[in-house]
Amino acid sequence: MNILLRGRDIPDLHKLDVYLKHGGYEGLKKALSMKPAEVIELVKASGLRGRGGAGFPTGLKWSFIPQNEPVKYVTVNCDESETGTFKDREIIETNPHQLIEGALICAYAIQATAVYIYLRGEFWDQGHALDGYIEEARKAGLVFDNIAGSGWSCPVYTHLGAGAYICGEETALLESLEGKMGQPRVRPPFPANKGGGLYGEPTVINNVETLTNVPWIMVQGAEEYKKIGTEQSAGTKIFCVSGHVEKPGNYELPLGITMRELLYTHAGGIRGGKQIKAILPSGGSGPIMRVNGNDDAILDTKLSYEDMAKAGSILGSASIIVMDEDTDIAWVATKAIQFFKHESCGKCTPCREGTYWLEKVCERIMANEAQLSDIDLVSNIAKNMQGMTLCALGDFAANPIIHTVKLFPEDFKKHIAQPSAPAVKKAAQPAPAGD
Amino acid sequence: MALTEKYGELIQKTFAKYPDKRSAVMPMLHLAQQEYGWVSPEGIQEVAEICEMDPTQVKSIAGFYTMYSESPKGKYWLQVCTDLACALGGADKFYEDLKAELGVEDGGTTEDGLFTVEHVMCLAACDKAPMLQCNFHFEEKLDMEKMRKRLAEWRAEAAKAK
Repeated sequence: MNILLRGRDIPDLHKLDVYLKHGGYEGLKKALSMKPAEVIELVKASGLRGRGGAGFPTGLKWSFIPQNEPVKYVTVNCDESETGTFKDREIIETNPHQLIEGALICAYAIQATAVYIYLRGEFWDQGHALDGYIEEARKAGLVFDNIAGSGWSCPVYTHLGAGAYICGEETALLESLEGKMGQPRVRPPFPANKGGGLYGEPTVINNVETLTNVPWIMVQGAEEYKKIGTEQSAGTKIFCVSGHVEKPGNYELPLGITMRELLYTHAGGIRGGKQIKAILPSGGSGPIMRVNGNDDAILDTKLSYEDMAKAGSILGSASIIVMDEDTDIAWVATKAIQFFKHESCGKCTPCREGTYWLEKVCERIMANEAQLSDIDLVSNIAKNMQGMTLCALGDFAANPIIHTVKLFPEDFKKHIAQPSAPAVKKAAQPAPAGD
Repeated sequence: MALTEKYGELIQKTFAKYPDKRSAVMPMLHLAQQEYGWVSPEGIQEVAEICEMDPTQVKSIAGFYTMYSESPKGKYWLQVCTDLACALGGADKFYEDLKAELGVEDGGTTEDGLFTVEHVMCLAACDKAPMLQCNFHFEEKLDMEKMRKRLAEWRAEAAKAK
């Protein structure tokens, strides 16, 4: 069932008249007929959790905003930059009004002054298109002044970033919106508190996918939403499947379906009839899962926040990168660390220096020029980054090393045990643009 | 102050979005880059004056974000994603072939000044690998045959513009 990717079923859903014909902005109108606190209670009762990766209960997040502050903000995180993630892009391309509507419901619930939609700069075309959709809604009286005749007003603006993964981290995003380098802030104060949010005002920061659920919840009710998914993971989720599958793409499915069903029933199975070797279930940043072929019971793991945690990984943003039996996991780890080295903002020493050295040693391993002790060295560097940085990027960067070395030691050792083997073509390339 | 003269209305509209002029620095840097083809020292100076900031601060922001180019680029700025998910879909080989086709190294510009080629991190199109962005517009599900066709189209477009 599609709540979020309804644009696949309804042609031209991005146009306001089509969206209105299919129940568009009814959720907002319902919210406007309720008290703000009631809206928060409804979202709380639905069990909706943040889809950006952390899975924090959405209604609870909204309830942290102090009611007596005169200026408050909603910031929509559309920085979508995690390797393997491409869901928010499809939402803003095919169902943009549902996002705008969801953001406005949130704004009403916390009585916000304005909504800012922060898009990664590479969503240049999508960002400009979104400006057009907002303008369409404004002309129809659904955003900015006296929304739907309710007397309540709230502007919605877009803001384009300029190429920085770190701006998906919520406090770095706020810095970027304020016209600064996107570097994470020290917490507390948290964004929901006075002094911690955008321009120092209490701020809710929600992912695109999270907010796009909200209009459906308003119309259908919390109980209907809870019927989808598992007890602790309500609703549907967009799974971004990429890598060695026959049919990569976005799949919106109820939370709690198994990895096997996702990959084999929906994504067409492993490309070329090969065996599966590994899965990165949350892009480059989550712990890798070892899969010993297509019959491995680990593929029966349910895709929910709780079951993925039990399996030793995370659901995160559900950016599922699949690797077949021919994949060299040392190469995967090198690719991942090249990403994080490039994207480290440089503020915290363990992350800035750690990613630099991890990249160097991983590239040495890939060049078959490393010693056996270098494998311990990378694990050691990575462990010294964990929990030592202001934001999660330091942990994210450590994950691909720690878990690949632990689960696939043979893939690293083969670069050392056979010094006479022909050097594997380097995954290493010169630093990417802008480094 | 070419930008303020030419884009006065747009600049005021941008300021109106934020409670603070400094928040306009990123949109203004995008504007300067569009106008001059890159974020030139003159562009930095102009943006600093528009946003009432120190030019050094503006330069630090231009340096932090990868989409601001601090050197002139070719008319077509091709940024190929070679990050993990795309690499599993053959992006590394595609990138090598593209560089060979154009006779340039990573980050290089063709002699005719038409194409700059570089590799970048994830662009959120992993299901459509190999892919690139050309002047921030996505080109997806590429192979070299498709790419040669696009290159020819861009060359024809550039010749026409002359």
